[in-house]
Amino acid sequence: MGHCHDCNVNIKIKDGEKKLVLVGNPNVGKSVFFNKLTGLYVDVSNFPGTTVDISYGRYKDYVVIDTPGVYGVSSFNEEETVARDVILFGDIILNVVDAVHLDRDLFLTKQLIDMGKPMIIALNLMDDVRRNGLKVDTAKLEELLGVPVIPTTAIKGEGMDLVLSSIDKASVGNRNPQLTERIKEYLDKVDNEAEALLVLEDDENVAERHQVRISGLRDEIYSDRRKEVDCIVTKSVIETIKGASLRTKIGRWMLNPITGIPMLAVTLYIMFKILGVFVASTVVGFTEETIMEGMYRPFIEGIVGSFVSQGTFFGDILIGEFGILTMAPVYILGLLLPLIVGFYIMMAILEDSGYLPRIAALVDRSLTSLGLNGKAIIPLILGFGCVTMATMTTRILGTKREKIIATMLLGLAIPCSAQLGVIAGLISQLGAFYTVVYVLTILIVFIIVGTILNKLMPGESSKLLIDLPPIRVPQLKNVMMKTVQKTWMFLKEATPLFILGALLISIMQYTNILVIIQNAVAPITVGLLDLPKETATAFIMGIIRRDFGAAGLSSITMTQVQTMVSLIVMTLFVPCIAAIMVIFKERGYKDALIIWLGSFVVAFLTGGIVAFIF
Amino acid sequence: MTLDKVKKGSKVKILNINNKDIKSQAIRIGLYEGAVFMCSEKLPGGPVILQSKLQEIAIGRGLATSIVIEGVK
Repeated sequence: MGHCHDCNVNIKIKDGEKKLVLVGNPNVGKSVFFNKLTGLYVDVSNFPGTTVDISYGRYKDYVVIDTPGVYGVSSFNEEETVARDVILFGDIILNVVDAVHLDRDLFLTKQLIDMGKPMIIALNLMDDVRRNGLKVDTAKLEELLGVPVIPTTAIKGEGMDLVLSSIDKASVGNRNPQLTERIKEYLDKVDNEAEALLVLEDDENVAERHQVRISGLRDEIYSDRRKEVDCIVTKSVIETIKGASLRTKIGRWMLNPITGIPMLAVTLYIMFKILGVFVASTVVGFTEETIMEGMYRPFIEGIVGSFVSQGTFFGDILIGEFGILTMAPVYILGLLLPLIVGFYIMMAILEDSGYLPRIAALVDRSLTSLGLNGKAIIPLILGFGCVTMATMTTRILGTKREKIIATMLLGLAIPCSAQLGVIAGLISQLGAFYTVVYVLTILIVFIIVGTILNKLMPGESSKLLIDLPPIRVPQLKNVMMKTVQKTWMFLKEATPLFILGALLISIMQYTNILVIIQNAVAPITVGLLDLPKETATAFIMGIIRRDFGAAGLSSITMTQVQTMVSLIVMTLFVPCIAAIMVIFKERGYKDALIIWLGSFVVAFLTGGIVAFIF
Repeated sequence: MTLDKVKKGSKVKILNINNKDIKSQAIRIGLYEGAVFMCSEKLPGGPVILQSKLQEIAIGRGLATSIVIEGVK
């Protein structure tokens, strides 16, 4: 039986099976190898306490385990911790290397070799090497590294069979003799040489597991390794660089503001057309109205209704207006699922094509003044799909400070797609002037709140430092796999929240608490915002589902100014109950409460100011 | 001089990275003391883009101020 001391890998290993671990930098084509090895039978296992899923399958006597793409083995982020634990768990390593970026990729390779595990290397993207006028001396590389190196072009299937047949030839490479000597002092304190190396390189997680003190030698070891890598690259890569290729040029155009901003605008417009128009109305119209409301709802009401009748407490909870068997599935599967899938497909295309990191670089300056860096564009874009999903994505941000700012901005000023549809409908009746006032107000609030938070919050936000991968045509299979995996993660995490939310609302409605809250809010809406009393109901409904609230407004007779003010408040006002719960889950009670109450204050204050001006 | 003062199109050598949190991560993606790069793009007020062979790295302006460089012919 495979046993793993203190680590989180929960994969069952049968007797006689060996663990083959795939390791590589991000975007090197690792998943193609994984698919080739495992075929269709793949399992996914979540890493406890992380958002990272790892896939595993079987090839001959090997259990093949995938790892997230990383630049090195340590514990700088969640992906790295997961990759590290899987590597420690493995018997043999298949290291997939981007042949075009050897100076970057071999840093990880050398580190893996120093860990002392048997290994083979797939030198991938050889077609790119030829295209870019480079030459890699594979034999020389093999000699310098001491492990089998097999040139491949995985997406075309070149060299794949050789990789498969070479797994048995995996060998321990040429380890740095100094390090092999140095790790000896830790060997009796940890489980194996690989762990000893990590402790020597100041991996605090591993050190803590074994109650060992770190050495403080990381900088020195990394510098030495860097020099080794440079030396290997100089000896094995021959450059015959010509002019920049078209793809390099496209990459430049994406970054240069003069060409980059129009390109970004066009991209966002296309995304809006596909997601905001096609998916949000055509697809959702079918999934929500026709399937879920038209077929599913009567069906479930019929079945459950024969046991408990609507109007009773349990009847309301199960199949009432906000029932956990009626509203929750209609909302999640009918409305959210198509949008989430659509957004994840778009993001996967942007990511795999190499455009996303360039967008991050392009918008970095604007986001810096809000206390964020370019990376925060990812949750901000996702927010237009679903704020709940976007809030979960704030995990990718570097510091707690950035996570709080991003969460606040998402909850406050980004209308989700469910809400946008209804807002767009209402605002089209108002004409251009009020539309502009609405958009400007939201934008100004977004900027002011970000700027103030950036000034007030202690500490410093992390700075942008990203690798810009070459521009490539995304692989459909990869895009689909990413989408399926991320959508599944979202459903797993968010479904309980939506059900819990529906349950809370049903209870509040049954016990009349909802009416009490509506009455309590009414004086503010009437006095401060100069709106009809019924808008309070619409605002409260907005907590249940953001689109409910906005839809509720359309049945109230209001002047143009009143409609605009109520839309502004509705947009800024707290996100839906699932988003609120995810904020509490991600940010903890204290910060979440401040974010929540803060958005109330900002929403009503802004609404009040706008109502006063007009 | 520091990296934020680099001119687009010029070649530079990294002398010192004065940011402990970033240093170990930077070294892995190829940004380290002694490395030579060409500045392939400089976004107004924004990140500096460094290129070495076919690899490109984007470095936020704030971080660029803490990286000491010298010009290379």
